[in-house]
Amino acid sequence: MLKLQELEAGYDESMVIRDIDLQVKDNQVVCIMGRNGVGKTTLLKTIMGILPPKKGKVIYMDTDITKKRPSHRAKQGIGYVPQGREIFPKLTVYENLLVGLEAGTEKKIKEDVYTYFPILKDFKKRNGGDLSGGQQQQLAIARALVANPSFLLLDEPTEGIQPNIVQEIQEVILDIKRTSQTSMILVEQDLEFVKNVADYIYVIDHGSVVYEKAVDEINDDEVYHYLSV
Amino acid sequence: MTQIILTLFNGLSLGSILLLIALGLAITFGLMNVINMAHGELIMIGAYVTYVMQNLFLNYAPQQYFDLYFILSIPIALLIAAGVGMILEFSLIRFLYRRPLDSLLATWGVGLMLQQLARSIFGAPNVGVQSPSFLNGGLEVGTLLFPYSRLFIIGLSIVCLVSIYYYFYRTSSGRRVRAVMQNRQMAECLGVSTRKVDLITFAIGSGFAGVAGCALTLLGAIGPTIGTNYIIDAFMVVVVGGVGALFGAVAGALGIGFFNTVFEYVTNASLGKVLIFLLIIAFLQWRPSGLVTSRSRSLD
Ligand SMILES: Nc1ncnc2c1ncn2[C@@H]1O[C@H](COP(=O)(O)OP(=O)(O)OP(=O)(O)O)[C@@H](O)[C@H]1O
Ligand SMILES: [Mg+2]
Repeated sequence: MLKLQELEAGYDESMVIRDIDLQVKDNQVVCIMGRNGVGKTTLLKTIMGILPPKKGKVIYMDTDITKKRPSHRAKQGIGYVPQGREIFPKLTVYENLLVGLEAGTEKKIKEDVYTYFPILKDFKKRNGGDLSGGQQQQLAIARALVANPSFLLLDEPTEGIQPNIVQEIQEVILDIKRTSQTSMILVEQDLEFVKNVADYIYVIDHGSVVYEKAVDEINDDEVYHYLSV
Repeated sequence: MTQIILTLFNGLSLGSILLLIALGLAITFGLMNVINMAHGELIMIGAYVTYVMQNLFLNYAPQQYFDLYFILSIPIALLIAAGVGMILEFSLIRFLYRRPLDSLLATWGVGLMLQQLARSIFGAPNVGVQSPSFLNGGLEVGTLLFPYSRLFIIGLSIVCLVSIYYYFYRTSSGRRVRAVMQNRQMAECLGVSTRKVDLITFAIGSGFAGVAGCALTLLGAIGPTIGTNYIIDAFMVVVVGGVGALFGAVAGALGIGFFNTVFEYVTNASLGKVLIFLLIIAFLQWRPSGLVTSRSRSLD
């Protein structure tokens, strides 16, 4: 599905991602873990095309997309839920979802996103910027789902959200894994949830992969070792 | 009493003219943050399109259809100015989105070139455009006379405003524009082609400059420098109204139009202009971001 080859990326002078090789197979959920500031978000931005890599390749469905614009990647089926949600504040909830349709071929919002997040139907006419953080997160996920992506990038979807909504979001992610063919890269700090949802994990430190294993072979202590400060 | 009504009407009339010339700029400068000094020349293009249409009708159309030239000029001026805007965006502006000073200088140069082009084609002296007969005369109410041409401009500015509102808030293309202006990067990540949106938005803003130029032919003779006479006013309206707030421009235009008329009535034309400038400076000291504040993070 997705292959990263010797990827290097960063901002101006500072190199944040140093030589990362990574692979996501069809229908696979890959989790990326790592302490704050090690470059997880930067990696996702590079996959999405927001940040041009200094070196290396991004291969998606056997084609090299390293030089393509984010909108092209979105139309090829990559959905992105960024850290910080990036809701359009002055567009209504419904309009935010409609913009999500741009990447796909659907004309209408599917009912199932409202089944996942009923609150979005109740708040249809509200401005995105007036929603709470947790509601915005649900909207950001729904906005990525409406276009039927074949590959989802989720950057810490449960960060800074109250427990019962975390629960709800985790249920949705599990349900997507169970019921659809969608592959995923999920950046997540909660090892318990990672073990529930992931097929494969990568731990990143200082911009490189320091640990990678199929989820049923991982050793908690080793992972915690890399995550502790 | 009649004097008050007349002053109000003149204020409204001037306000609607200001609004018409500023609407396009409210899109390209207000929404997109492009300082387009050639905006005045897009107005000029609209005015000359009307002039050319008039001549075509004089020479080739039967007499009784002459008035149609003006009605047809409006959409044609819109399309031609939008086309010129598109060429401008594609060949120049898109390289300067993050460089306001460069775009100011470059578009100023383009403006001068367009003026020179007009001079070569139509000659340096002003040319007159004959108003269509249905706009001659005026509406008499008691002792008051409201010129039809002024009423028409008020109506035209309302129609333009409503169409812009409809486009931005009721169409999918307009929704894409708003999404890009609010969060360019995320819109791109969701599959919106931001390049295309920039091109279309700039073309629309330019198109409305063309419509304004068409309307200005009702007010007097037109010449190659007609745009420079109005560009300052247009920027003033957008800045007073609040950059990024389309409907701030309405308040800005009506406010400036009204105060200007009152000042000119109680003093004289040139002192009135000075007073309105002082008022605007004082106003911007008090509210630097204009009447309606709306952050536009359009092109960062
Ligand atoms: N726009 C930027 N310009 C310059 N440096 C940046 C920028 N964004 C992030 N960085 C730097 O790049 C490094 C990696 O940041 P990144 O956001 O990828 O980390 P992260 O692993 O996602 O952290 P977190 O867990 O806190 O989300 C950090 O040192 C950060 O300061
Ligand atoms: Mg991050």
